[in-house]
Amino acid sequence: MSESATERLSRLLAMVPWLLSHQGAPLERVADEFGVPQSQLVKDLELLFVCGTPGHMPDDLIEADWESGKVYLANADAIARPLRLGIDEALALIVGLRALAAVPGLGDRDAVVRALAKLEEAAGAAASVADSVHVDLDRTPDPEVVRACDDAVRGRRRLHLSYLVPHRDETTERDVDPMRVLTVDGRWYLEGWCHRAEAVRLFRLDRVVGARVLDQDGAPPPSARSRDLDAGVFAPGPDDLLVTLDLLPRSRWVVDYYPVESAEERPDGGLRVRLRTADTAWLRQLVLRLGGGGRVLDPPELARAVTGAAHEALDAYEVGTTEG
Amino acid sequence: MSSAKTERLLNLVICLLSTRRALTKAQIRQAVPQYAENPSAEAFDRMFERDKDELRELGIPLETTSEGGALFEDEVGYRVDRDAYALPDVHLAPDELAVLGLASRVWQQASLAGPAARALTKLSALGIPPDQGSLIGLEPRVRTAEPAFDALWSAVRDRVPVQFTYRTQSRGEVATRTVEPWAVTSWHGRWYLTGFDRDRRAPRVFRLTRVESGVRRVGEAGEYEVPQDHDPRLMVGDQSVERPVRTARLLVRTDAGQALRRRAITVSPSPAGEGRDELVVEFDDTDAFATELVTHGAAAVVVEPDDLRETVVRRLRGVLTAHEAAEGAA
Repeated sequence: MSESATERLSRLLAMVPWLLSHQGAPLERVADEFGVPQSQLVKDLELLFVCGTPGHMPDDLIEADWESGKVYLANADAIARPLRLGIDEALALIVGLRALAAVPGLGDRDAVVRALAKLEEAAGAAASVADSVHVDLDRTPDPEVVRACDDAVRGRRRLHLSYLVPHRDETTERDVDPMRVLTVDGRWYLEGWCHRAEAVRLFRLDRVVGARVLDQDGAPPPSARSRDLDAGVFAPGPDDLLVTLDLLPRSRWVVDYYPVESAEERPDGGLRVRLRTADTAWLRQLVLRLGGGGRVLDPPELARAVTGAAHEALDAYEVGTTEG
Repeated sequence: MSSAKTERLLNLVICLLSTRRALTKAQIRQAVPQYAENPSAEAFDRMFERDKDELRELGIPLETTSEGGALFEDEVGYRVDRDAYALPDVHLAPDELAVLGLASRVWQQASLAGPAARALTKLSALGIPPDQGSLIGLEPRVRTAEPAFDALWSAVRDRVPVQFTYRTQSRGEVATRTVEPWAVTSWHGRWYLTGFDRDRRAPRVFRLTRVESGVRRVGEAGEYEVPQDHDPRLMVGDQSVERPVRTARLLVRTDAGQALRRRAITVSPSPAGEGRDELVVEFDDTDAFATELVTHGAAAVVVEPDDLRETVVRRLRGVLTAHEAAEGAA
């Protein structure tokens, strides 16, 4: 185990006040609160049991009892109050609250503002460091859409969405049983069971054209599972089309936004990347957006689709493709 | 091994918090069993010095005092003041604790997840009844996938100049940069460092994904001041550039351009027919709008203004040129 003595001490100093105010908490609940396995929690309690005030006679020691599977603690007056917030701790919560307060259409903004004021006061000097970290969340979604999604999640109601799918250039109508509203990489999404797709889907809130809470139960089917979004929203599958692109230096940002299978440096400072996509329409739009900053090497059909779209567009502009 | 040390440190903390009068080293050695067991005075001295440092690193306000009174002449005394040690009683309401829980989960995929959870535990220990009904159904969160995050945020915290190699966006060049870090900011889901670039003698924005090396501290903590009026969000978002809002006229195929139709001020049938509508759309950033328009291909054509039209046409030609070059090279 790589945990240092001070890390463990820090946990114990937080654990004692928590246990004192949560007498009789089940072992698994305590282990969960402190993010340790139950075996480690028992070791922690065994350690507390032999510590105490100078003299270290039985009356001086911390009393801990967990035999019934519930934890009781006593005789720990000296460390009964939690240690004040460290800089990292204060900062994490203050920055989190500030990000929350800026969300458009947030339901209980009042509680956020009150909590922030109290926390800043309690943190004292540690709070000033919070100015050095900012989390600026997406503020583009319509507050009405955010509010409807928020209400639907909390009230477990079904939602009707009008949802724009840009790469197919269509607005779709669908009923969704909401599971959660979350941000991934700075954008807001609704995750829910889509009755049209009969599957769990992510909806970008800035593409929701309309959202209406329906007077219908919105509990998703038991089989609905939240997606693991730790690696981002783009989760290419092994069966997706493998595409090779050359990117000029100014288009290197592509690898910051989309998962690539490989990225090889090129002598011009650019990259040769390979990525997978299930959606060639999306990829064609990406290459058009790059406006010459990237080119499709493989597959050749995709390269032809891109140049075909560019030719067609230039024809629509009634300008030749050779002049200029 | 680790258990014995934790036990010693915990007993030391309890000992120092339990005393109203400062204790001498000798008294502390008597009071903490793990010290008393230590036979050598020198070994105890070294151990105690290290332990003091570690407690201070945890944020425990260990006081030293030489005003011990007649009891110990000029010897130094030690204690921890309970009020300085303890989190003030914050008197949180249940709904406030609930939103703090939400705020702590902002970091669940990020490097501050540990401190955030610990902070929440401390606040929960104040005995506020938990609020069962969740007040907000939203889960804002950030990731800190960039390896440089920890080193740069701690440099910002400590105000220490740092050095790292960095790849520029425009030309992909790699160079060593020496920076006085001012702030780290997550904007559009990406982390940025703002600071004063010592080599270029000017404020600069750095994107954390383009930091290509480890981050090395090259100075002392508190060596510089962050400008009072520094607003990282303005600098990162470049929102200081106010662009005038202009209108564009577009011819959009009647079956296409959903996103454009949403933001259009007016949609009317095109005078020329051709199965197109005429849309009037407001925009402020010509490049960004051209980028969006290019993706519509032939379905959306700019009538005016000329500069927007030309930008789109230039992009489309660029796409062709890039691909013809590829064929030529193959």
